[in-house]
Amino acid sequence: MRYVIIGAGPAGVTAAETLRGEDPNGEIILVGEEPEPPYSRMAIPYLLVEKIGEAGTYLRKQDDFYRSRAIELVQQRVTALDTAAQGLSLADGSTLAYDRLLIATGATPVRPPIDGIDSPQVSTCWTLADARRIVESAQPGSEVVLMGAGFIGCIILEALAMREVKLTVVEMGDRMVPRMMNDKAGNLIKQWCINKGVQVLTSAQVTAIRAPQAAANNGGGLMGGIKKLFGGGENAAEPAGKVTVELKSGEKIAADLVISATGVRSNLAFLQGSGIDTEQGIKVDRQLRTSADNVWAAGDVAQGRDFSTGDYQVQAIQPTSVEHGKIAALNMAGASVEHRGSINMNVLDTLGLISSSFGLWMGVEDGDSVERYWPEAFRYICLQFRGDVLVGASCVGMTQHIGVLRGLIQTETPLGAWKQKLMEDPTRVMEAYLASAQGATLVGSRA
Amino acid sequence: MLKSLHIDPGKCTGCKQCEMACSYEHEQSFNPSLSRIKVFDFHEQGRFVPYTCTQCTEAWCLQACPVDAISANESLGAKVVSADLCVGCKVCTIACPFGTISYNPRSGVVSKCDLCDGSPKCAEACPTGAITFVDASATGLDKMRQWAQKTDTAAG
Repeated sequence: MRYVIIGAGPAGVTAAETLRGEDPNGEIILVGEEPEPPYSRMAIPYLLVEKIGEAGTYLRKQDDFYRSRAIELVQQRVTALDTAAQGLSLADGSTLAYDRLLIATGATPVRPPIDGIDSPQVSTCWTLADARRIVESAQPGSEVVLMGAGFIGCIILEALAMREVKLTVVEMGDRMVPRMMNDKAGNLIKQWCINKGVQVLTSAQVTAIRAPQAAANNGGGLMGGIKKLFGGGENAAEPAGKVTVELKSGEKIAADLVISATGVRSNLAFLQGSGIDTEQGIKVDRQLRTSADNVWAAGDVAQGRDFSTGDYQVQAIQPTSVEHGKIAALNMAGASVEHRGSINMNVLDTLGLISSSFGLWMGVEDGDSVERYWPEAFRYICLQFRGDVLVGASCVGMTQHIGVLRGLIQTETPLGAWKQKLMEDPTRVMEAYLASAQGATLVGSRA
Repeated sequence: MLKSLHIDPGKCTGCKQCEMACSYEHEQSFNPSLSRIKVFDFHEQGRFVPYTCTQCTEAWCLQACPVDAISANESLGAKVVSADLCVGCKVCTIACPFGTISYNPRSGVVSKCDLCDGSPKCAEACPTGAITFVDASATGLDKMRQWAQKTDTAAG
């Protein structure tokens, strides 16, 4: 049996590891396109602040992890999939046959359709190669514009601020992390960042990025001419001078570096002609099977089941990728395991202010909701209920025991009388959890 | 023989010696807020509930970690955080459905109960026998694990 996995991120690596556990003798080939050992994009911000070296980003730390499990690593880009012939075309012209295939090709940052987005001063912050480029350009005192204050933008934000750059954040939404936090919480995070010296522009939009030569009163003249002579300008490999970032409001900001973090999109291009059903991502059933025989999908490329809604959507978060990778691999190896759905959840550290959101944090129709807001203390908590079951939560400035919010949501524990107590004081969530979820084994034991 | 913490809330008087011992062992300071075991106070009922990691088999924290910083010490029966490898991303803190792994802003990494390498200081410090370190099969741990399984995303 030959298992082929495309994509060496968390979903792919978890799947390879799980497959080896299930099938000691099968052939396992893990294909990744980047010239690095399998690594975690989640760790890149910590590389940027030099908390870790590149090896610290690797998904598995043991030197012989792949070799000792007979997992063959292949560094190639997959260009096409032939589901009828059960084979892949690789960028070097070779082909690779499979008996069972997992597509875990992840996602790529979208490129907003903005004039000048191809300038050498514009970078995404997605790969180790991006990180190396950013480390070079984002020196103390550099002027940096970050486009996008979503989850990924905010994670990078902290790393950039710690590199002591002069940072301006431009976000289209009316608050920070608009898809993870409501108005109060998102603006609390914004205020925190402003207090820390970061310029945050919300409801703002970049309309163009002007190269040094083209910018009015900036970058022309002798230096611009010299840079042109030596191959500077739009097609140069090295950034040459400051660009001017133009906003819809008319404001102009000079920048040594522009980081584009305006969202990600599943990597589906190579599936053209494969016959595999896709929408936002690859459509999968509850066993993570795609529409093609012997092909499964996992992680940021898969439109998996959402626990809270029962809908199928791309969540693009680490815990979901790992769950997908594991469940897909079990099914590939012959088990029959259904995915109950993953909870959409995130945790974020913006310059020391920690926020998190879980499940249906925005609430449900006919549900109940309670929130507490302490703006001076930068604390916030909001709980969402359907009947007496917790279905969503978000908080700012809370770090202890926050996992119980996931526990209560995922076990759909009836809170009974504790629902009313939480409506009166939502900070008592840990007590509610102990009394309700663990009632039989802990609190109730001597009742 | 695998041993695990057994907690009998009925015997807990809320003295919080366990929190002090844990904090001193791991953080070298008597600071209950840094303790990995926490005593919850149900003041309306006059009841105290010590609570910490059950070292569950699902190991949500370990599975969610993007950088391989949490490992299972099989001989100890504990899931252990490597402070050297942890980057402080906090994904484990939202993944653990028991809420027993938390971020420590002071150290920049997460912390959880590691059973003190086989001699848990909380159990040693407990004056009433509410926290004991005993043969794992006798702790009622299975009941807690049943609950843990309810949170499994794979039902099948």
